[in-house]
Amino acid sequence: MNRFLTILTVPVVLLACGGRDGTQRTVIQNKGSDTLVNVAQAWAEAYGAIDPSLAVAVSGGGSGTGISSMINGTVDIANSSRAMRPEEIEAARAQGQDPIEFIVGYDALAIFLHHDNPLSELRVAQLASIYGERGELTRWAQLGVTVPGCESGEIILVSRQNNSGTYAYFQEAVLGEDEFKLGTRDMHGSKDVVDLVENTPCAIGYSGLAYANEHVNMPCVQFEDGPCVTPSVETAIDRTYPIARPLFMYTSGQPVGGIRTYMDWILSNEGQCIIFDMGYAPVRNLTCA
Amino acid sequence: MQTDLDARGFDWYMDRAVAVGVFVGGISAIVFIIGIFLFVTREGLSFVIGPMDLKEFFGSIAWRPTSIRNPTYGILALMAGTASVTGLAMLVAVPFSLGAAIYIAEFATGRTREALKVLVELLAAIPSVVWGFIGLSIMNPLIIDLFDVPIGLTVLNAGVILGLMAAPIMTTIAEDALKAVPDSYREAAEAMGATRWQVVFQVVLPAAKNGLMAAILLGVGRGFGETMAVLMASGHSINIPTSPFDSVRALTATIAAELGDTAVGSDHYGVLFTLGIFLFLVTFVINLTADLVVRGVREQ
Repeated sequence: MNRFLTILTVPVVLLACGGRDGTQRTVIQNKGSDTLVNVAQAWAEAYGAIDPSLAVAVSGGGSGTGISSMINGTVDIANSSRAMRPEEIEAARAQGQDPIEFIVGYDALAIFLHHDNPLSELRVAQLASIYGERGELTRWAQLGVTVPGCESGEIILVSRQNNSGTYAYFQEAVLGEDEFKLGTRDMHGSKDVVDLVENTPCAIGYSGLAYANEHVNMPCVQFEDGPCVTPSVETAIDRTYPIARPLFMYTSGQPVGGIRTYMDWILSNEGQCIIFDMGYAPVRNLTCA
Repeated sequence: MQTDLDARGFDWYMDRAVAVGVFVGGISAIVFIIGIFLFVTREGLSFVIGPMDLKEFFGSIAWRPTSIRNPTYGILALMAGTASVTGLAMLVAVPFSLGAAIYIAEFATGRTREALKVLVELLAAIPSVVWGFIGLSIMNPLIIDLFDVPIGLTVLNAGVILGLMAAPIMTTIAEDALKAVPDSYREAAEAMGATRWQVVFQVVLPAAKNGLMAAILLGVGRGFGETMAVLMASGHSINIPTSPFDSVRALTATIAAELGDTAVGSDHYGVLFTLGIFLFLVTFVINLTADLVVRGVREQ
C-alpha cells in the first residue's frame, strides 16, 4: 500500500513544480477569439523564452468561447475580436469576475472572393445587401460580374458560427440593424472560411486579413463617398479601411503578478511587433525590425 | 464432520460483494440514463418554462440565438436538416446493409463469410471525425465536379457519409435476424422445390422482417444522433432543403458547434439543452420501437 501511495504522489509533486530548478511555474490560461489565436500563440511562445517560469496555455474556439469562459471563471485572459456586451459584463460580475478590457491590436476584416472572381470593388452598402436579410443581392450578375466556374450565378454566402466575434463585428459594422440572411454556410474558424472560398467559385466570405492567402481575391471596400480602400495592415493602422476593428484581451480584475507582466509585455514594443509580424495592426505607430 | 453453512467467513463476504457488484453493474445503465435525462432536463428547463414559444420553436426557421436585438429560436430548419440527411442516409444504407446481410447470412461460406463479417465490423470502428474529413476533402470536390453544383457540402454529401457509417451496424443486426430464422424453414422450402432466390425472398426475409425492421430503426437512430461527420459534411447552413444539393444544418451539429461558447445559464445555453431533450426523446422513441419490434419476433 505504501509503495502504491508513493507511485501516486510522484507525478503529482512533479506536476506541482514543473520548473527545471524546482521553482513554482505559473500557468496562465488564455482562450477565445479564433482571429487572435495565432497571435496569442506567438506571444506565448516568445514570452516563454523571456520568462521560463511563466507558461501561457493558448486555445481558440471563438470570441464567444473566450467570453463565456471569462464569465464562468475558467480563464485568466480571454481573447475577443469584439467588445464584451453590457449584459455579458453584468453576467461576469454576477459570477464574481470583473472583466478589464485591453485593446491589443487592430484587424482589417477582409472580404474574400474566389481567385477567378473579377469583382475588385465593393461598397459597404452592397455587402449589407449581400449578407443582410433585407438585402436583395443574391446573384453575381446583380453586381455586374460573371464569375467563371460559377454557372448558377448564385452568390454563396460563407459566414461564421453565430458566437464568433468576427460574425458579431460584421453584423454590427456592415449589417447595422439588419440580421444575417438565413442559409449562410457557417464555418467554425477563419481559416475554414478562406479554404471554402478558395475552392468555391460562387462564394464570398469574410475573415481577418491575417488569414488571407494568394489563392483568394480581396476587393477594396468603399464606405459611402469615401475612397475604395484595399485591406492591409497600413490601412488598418491609419483607420482608412472602413471595416477594421479593435482586438481585445480581457482579464478578471486588474491583472497582478505574472498576468500583469505578461499584459504589459504584450503592449510593449516587443509584443506589438509580434502582432505586426502576424499581419495585424499594432495599437500605436512603431518601427519593427 | 459437518461444515457450518451459516458461518460468515471470507467466502460469504466475497459472495455478497460479488453479488452487489454484479447488481450495481446491472442497474448502472438505468441509473445513468435517468441521471443524464435529469441533467439535460434541469439545464433545459429554464428555457422551456421561460422564453420558449412553442409555435416559434417548432414552426420557424429563424435560428438566431445570439442576435442582440431580437433572438429567435426556431428549429424547423434544423429538424428538416436532420430529417433530410437521415432520410438520404437510409436510402443509401438500407439496400447496402440488407444486401450485405443477405449475402453474408445466406450465400457466403467459410472464409469469405468470416472475412466479410470482420471487415463489416471494422468499418463500424472508423471514427466519425474521419468520415467527416472524407466528406470535407474527398466528397466535396467530387460532388462539385460530378454534378456541376457550386458547393459540395450538401444533404447528398452528409447523407452518403452517414449511410456508409450506419450500414455496418445495420448489416450486423440484419444478419443476426436472418441467422435467427430456423434452418427448418429453409429446408422445408427447398424440399418443396423452391430456388435459392425463392427461399431467401419468400421464406427467410418475411420470417426475419421484424429483426430487419429493427436493424433499419437502429440505423435511423444512429443517423439522428451522429454529430461530427454531419457537422463537417452538411455545410452547416440554416436552410429547408429542396434538393439533395442544398446545404443544411443538423440539430446535433448545432449543439456541438454552439454549446462550448455559451455562458452557463443563458437563454442560448438553455435552448441548446432543450434541443438535447428533444433529440433524446426522439432517439428514445426510435430505439424503444426497435426494441418492441425485436420483442415481437421472439414472441412469435
